[in-house]
Amino acid sequence: MSTTPSSTPSAAPAARSAPTPAELTDAARRSRALGPIFVAEHQLRTMSKFRWTMIATAIGTPLLYLFAFGVGLATLITGNVGPGGANGEVSYLEFVAPALLVTAATLVATEEFTFGVLLGLKWNPTWIGMNASPLTGAQIVTGHFLFIAVRMVITVSIYYVVILLFGAMPSPLGILLIPVGLLAGFAWTFIAAYSATIREDKGQFAVLQRVVILPLTLFSGTVFPLAQLPWFLQPLGWASPLWHASELGRQFAYGPTEPFWLTLVHVVYLLALAAGGWMLCQRIVKRRLDK
Amino acid sequence: MSAVVPSVEQVSDPVIHAAGLRKVYGDTVAVGGIDFDVAPGESFGLLGPNGAGKSTTMRMVGAVSTRSDGELSILGLDPDASGPEIRAQLGVVPQQDNLDMELQARENLLVYGRYFGLPRRTIAQRADELLAFAQLEDKAKAKVDDLSGGMKRRLTIARALINDPRILLLDEPTTGLDPQARHILWDRLFRLKEQGTTLVLTTHYMDEAEQLCDRLVVVDKGEIMAEGSPAALIREHSTREVLEVRFGSDRNAEAARRIGAIAGLGGDRIEELPDRVLVYADNGEHALAAVVDSGLEPITSLVRRSSLEDVFLRLTGRSLIE
Repeated sequence: MSTTPSSTPSAAPAARSAPTPAELTDAARRSRALGPIFVAEHQLRTMSKFRWTMIATAIGTPLLYLFAFGVGLATLITGNVGPGGANGEVSYLEFVAPALLVTAATLVATEEFTFGVLLGLKWNPTWIGMNASPLTGAQIVTGHFLFIAVRMVITVSIYYVVILLFGAMPSPLGILLIPVGLLAGFAWTFIAAYSATIREDKGQFAVLQRVVILPLTLFSGTVFPLAQLPWFLQPLGWASPLWHASELGRQFAYGPTEPFWLTLVHVVYLLALAAGGWMLCQRIVKRRLDK
Repeated sequence: MSAVVPSVEQVSDPVIHAAGLRKVYGDTVAVGGIDFDVAPGESFGLLGPNGAGKSTTMRMVGAVSTRSDGELSILGLDPDASGPEIRAQLGVVPQQDNLDMELQARENLLVYGRYFGLPRRTIAQRADELLAFAQLEDKAKAKVDDLSGGMKRRLTIARALINDPRILLLDEPTTGLDPQARHILWDRLFRLKEQGTTLVLTTHYMDEAEQLCDRLVVVDKGEIMAEGSPAALIREHSTREVLEVRFGSDRNAEAARRIGAIAGLGGDRIEELPDRVLVYADNGEHALAAVVDSGLEPITSLVRRSSLEDVFLRLTGRSLIE
């Protein structure tokens, strides 16, 4: 047989006609526009393989925590701690509920920002496969975040319903805890950017979990007001996305308890962290895939 | 494989054009300025040892790795500007499979098709056809984790075809597979070639290159050493036959020296390897007779046809698989 590609049409396989520039542009148009959605679709399909563990965790966590705090710890706390300090109008359970919800969102988000990112880049490098298609590194990151948003919505919605069942949500505005939860989770996108720089797994994630995230869940005005901490520890809370998210959640659950400008600061701070980490992560992943 | 081979000059409208293509990582030069063109429908190979720069070249052609210098165009587009447009036309079989291990075989094709923005119905139909093509119909619902190496490789090829690509890039498609799995793969690739798909593959297996490539370049240390069809390369850089003789590891050097002195065999046509001596000759049996006549007593002897391995050995002085 002949191997001359173009000059002997009878013997050689018919090579396809060359694509026109318009055809080339067209073929990539949908990927350019909707790439992140395709990535999220893929991740949701993979997640559906673990749906029962995920749903059990999403329901079990709030049940256990609210039971422990509402029935257990609350009996030790003699006075109410909300606005007005001891013996105010807000019960201890009402005080901790928004913080527990945003903490749950934080845990889901940081899990995906750490293990989820390194899974895609290293352990089962599906992101390399995605990048061989028309998708770009930036789209892959955004798609992964989109998937995390869906996962967080499921988690915090269930949390919200369980809080309602415990009767710990005084205001109907409490429904806004769902977007607040999302904001709380996305405030950790810098962790995703950090994860994307990791070449070798030496237990960095365990350290991060134990030294940064877990302590912050305790020292961010979550289970007791930040003002209870000695003054020199309070800046820790001001820097913590968890404090901002918890306080923001409380404004909707039973607030307002603070001046409006401070509420605005919470929103701006959380949004800035989310956007900064998102952009940085896109850059790092793009560079890592381009090797 | 064929007498008529397109050389770079004859390729009128290449689907891939590279000139002075370079990739540098810090102080390391991975690809040191290479030139090649690939014609539509052609099956083009990059042959070379590990670390020769084949995979880096493939990633640059695949529009995922930014070149450091030189010209590169794929289907007339510059990957720096039109990465997604180029990748929409490619099928990529990477050196390491990156299938989603948690998903079933068929699901891997479904999610991958979506990346190209294809309608679900089109993808579902193609997924079934491609599973049949890859002989994986009965594994459609199997989790990828449970497939054998050869099956994963076939699934990766099926996945690479989900967008009906114009160019299929295969980076060491059969490395690590057993002989039977390799032959099944070659057969599938040959069918694609017959259908007019442009194939670009890297390999360090000479038999693979001989089976699949119309034309190839021999790459070593980031540079092209030679270019042509497998047959032409062998004709140009080797003899028709090769005599392999073994004398025992401590006697090979001495034997090689003595063979080199035999009149008519020619000193520069002998290659001394640790375990054997290669004698390049147009007639291997005659060369063997000459060796035996000279009083040498090889432990074993073998006359075979020259292969690309010999070409590589002559061009670089090194073996392909180290």
